[in-house]
Amino acid sequence: MIIQDQLNKILNYFRRPEATAQCAKERLQIIIAHERDERGNPDYLPSLQKDLLDVIAKYVKIKRDDVKIELERQDGCSILELNIVLPSAQEKS
Amino acid sequence: MTKIIVITSGKGGVGKTTTSASFAVGLATRGFKTVVIDFDIGLRNLDLIMGCERRVVYDFVNVIRGEASLQQALIRDKHVKDLYILAASQTRDKDALTSEGVEAVLKELSKTFDYIICDSPAGIERGAQLAMYFADSAIIVTNPEVSSVRDSDRILGLLASKTLRAKEGREPVSEHLLLTRYSPKRVANGDMLSLSDVNDILSIPLLAVIPESQAVLRASNSGVPVLLDKESDAGQAYHDAVARFLGEEVPHRFISEKTPWFKRLFSFKEKEAV
Repeated sequence: MIIQDQLNKILNYFRRPEATAQCAKERLQIIIAHERDERGNPDYLPSLQKDLLDVIAKYVKIKRDDVKIELERQDGCSILELNIVLPSAQEKS
Repeated sequence: MTKIIVITSGKGGVGKTTTSASFAVGLATRGFKTVVIDFDIGLRNLDLIMGCERRVVYDFVNVIRGEASLQQALIRDKHVKDLYILAASQTRDKDALTSEGVEAVLKELSKTFDYIICDSPAGIERGAQLAMYFADSAIIVTNPEVSSVRDSDRILGLLASKTLRAKEGREPVSEHLLLTRYSPKRVANGDMLSLSDVNDILSIPLLAVIPESQAVLRASNSGVPVLLDKESDAGQAYHDAVARFLGEEVPHRFISEKTPWFKRLFSFKEKEAV
């Protein structure tokens, strides 16, 4: 075992560390695409989402992730899309 | 017609002030009457980079508040003719800059100057927003590094929506990418985002690549903008950047590593990246 450890150490010394730029690029592409989607959204969207969630929670037991709000823009008008996953009948009882 | 240029980045420490100083010197050496304004209220630093810190008597905020005239506040640069500096105030009052005040100063400067360079503070607070608000062109200073690229993208979003040109529905602010602190060697090793990586993500026209250079620190140590260090790689790169900004066709330099011929034979990838 000790010999193997030593051998690994020697091998690692010669091995080039993994290139990280590709990783950086992929992470950036994902996060920036996501942020660009949200760029045009009005500032009130998160608080609207919270209020809607509170109203629904008054009637149905619901988790935060079960409500999805998306704003889609088509030329000239915006569509507010509200997606609520209600808990199944078994859970209710 | 006066042109207003904002030097911006979102992230701090990427080279906005270094770029502002060199760009201002570059434009003035070509005979354009140029003024460079420090918008970083409370953290004045352009004066140090330009080497005029001991000659600041009145500042930007003094002018806005009517405590001094523009003529009193403008500092004449000692290196180049036709170049003036308007220092930031050291006040801690973050409401010192007002939109009306900035507009009035820019209007007054437009009567005499060809170029007004606005050195933006980091962040997206009022100083940064006002620095870009009246701009015709924007130079986005970016390091080949994740947080800088992300912040630059955020700034591009603001340029497209929160500027006077955007609000009036005029032709948008023209965007220019300035990639600074670039190390072709680290790019070749796969440890730094390449020019084409950054291009793929931000997709705005490239103005210039400024290589990581010891000359930049030496320049700021001595208060002489790095463009004036004509022997240095960074100085030459800034010189090219100014020429390109003015519409001249100058080939890009300092993008790829100078590799020995035997190494070049085996590195096809690096050429692709350029």
